[in-house]
Amino acid sequence: MAVFLVTTSLLSAFALSCVRQDRVLFDAVDVTLAAGELLHISGKNGAGKSSLLRILAGLAMPDEGEVLWCGEPLSHRQPHSDFAQSLCFIGHLSGVQPQLTALENLEFWQAAFQLKQADPYAVLATLGLAGLEDIPCQMLSAGQQRRVSLARLWLTQAKLWILDEPFTALDQSAIKLLQQQFKQHLEQGGAIILTTHQAMEQQFPQSRTLELVYRW
Amino acid sequence: MVMFKAAFVREWRLLARQKADWLNPLMFFVIVLTLFPLGIGAKPNLLAEIAPGIIWIAALLSVLLGAERLFKEDFRQGTLEQLVAADEPLFAYVLAKITSSWCSTALPLLFISPLIALLLGLNAAAWQAIVLSLLLGTPLLNLLAALGAALTLSADKGGILLALLILPLYIPLLIFASAAVDNATLGLDYSAQLAVLAAMLCLAAALVPLAVLKALRLNVG
Repeated sequence: MAVFLVTTSLLSAFALSCVRQDRVLFDAVDVTLAAGELLHISGKNGAGKSSLLRILAGLAMPDEGEVLWCGEPLSHRQPHSDFAQSLCFIGHLSGVQPQLTALENLEFWQAAFQLKQADPYAVLATLGLAGLEDIPCQMLSAGQQRRVSLARLWLTQAKLWILDEPFTALDQSAIKLLQQQFKQHLEQGGAIILTTHQAMEQQFPQSRTLELVYRW
Repeated sequence: MVMFKAAFVREWRLLARQKADWLNPLMFFVIVLTLFPLGIGAKPNLLAEIAPGIIWIAALLSVLLGAERLFKEDFRQGTLEQLVAADEPLFAYVLAKITSSWCSTALPLLFISPLIALLLGLNAAAWQAIVLSLLLGTPLLNLLAALGAALTLSADKGGILLALLILPLYIPLLIFASAAVDNATLGLDYSAQLAVLAAMLCLAAALVPLAVLKALRLNVG
C-alpha cells in the first residue's frame, strides 16, 4: 500500500513533526497529494499551518519525518532539483518589491522563476491592474499588491503550487478570479496546497482538508 | 545568464530609486577624508605620510555602511524566501547583488580618487597606486560585506554585529593595500603588494559567493 501511495502521489510526507520554542506545533502529520488535487490546510492562528507549508516547500526541515517528491526524499535532493523547478511558492510575504512597478516585478520573476514569456500587460489586465502597471507597488493598496504577487500564478509552469493565505486582502471578484485559476490548474493536472480561512469544499470537489489542531 | 541580467537590472532600478543607498556611503567617504586635513592642520608632509591608511580605512567603513541593506529589503518582502524555494535563480541573484553593490559603492570611490589625492597632497604616482589598489581591493570589500550581510540577515540589530564580524577580515587587505600606496609615495615598486591583493581577490571571488548562498539558505529556512 505504501509503495502504491508513493508512486501515484506527487508529494507525500510521513510522520512530520515540528517543534517551535519547546512547543510541539504538530506531530505525526501525514500528507499525500496527487496530481489534480487541492489540499486545504486549516487550523487556528498559531496552529502551525505556515510552518507546515514551509516544510512541504523544502524551506525548512521537519524535526521528524520526511517529505517525498515523486518518491524521492527532499532531504537528499541535489541542487537544481526537479522539485524546485516544479514548485511555485508564495508565502505570506508577497515578494513584491515596493519600490518597483508591477511590470518591473513581473519582469524579474519571469526571468528568475522561468515563467512563460507571455505579455505581462495582458496578465496584469486580467487581474484588474490595467493602467497601474507603471506605478511603484508601494502606491498600490494591499489587495492590489496581493494581485501583483499572484500574477505569477498566471505565468508559472510549475506543477505544485504552495500558497500561504492567498486570499488575504483580496476582494470578492479577485477571489473568484483566483479560484477559477485554481480550477484550471487542477484540471491540467497540477496540484495545490494552501492555507486559508475561506471554505474551499463547495467550489473544489477534488479538495481535501487537513485540520491542524492548536496545541499547547 | 538571463537570471543574472534580470537580477542586475532590478538592482539598478532599485538603486536609481533609492539614491540614499549609494550616495550616503560616498558622502561619508568624502566627509571623513576632509575631516583629517582639518583635524591635523597645515602639515602637508605628515598628511601625505598617513594618507594611504586614511583612504583605505575610510573606504572600508563606507562599504560597510552600505552593506547592511544588501539583502534586508528582499528578506522582509519575501523575495528571498521565494528565490530560495526556487533554488536555481539564487546563485545568479547573489552574483548580481555583489556586482551591483560594487558598482554602486566602490566605483564612485574610484571616480573621486583624483580629488582625494589632491585633498591629501599626494602626487600622481601615489594616486595611481590608490586607483590600482582600490580596483583590486574594493571587490574584496564588497564580497566580504555581502557575506556579513547574509550571515546577520535575521539578526535584529545586525549592523554592529556585521561590523564586528567583517572588520577583522579586512585586516590583511588593509595592510597590503596601504603598503602599496606607501611604496608608491616613496617611489618604490609596489607590484608585489598588488599581486597579493589580486590573489586574495581571486580566492574570495571563488569561495565567498558559495558561502553567501549557504548563509542565505540558513537564514531563510
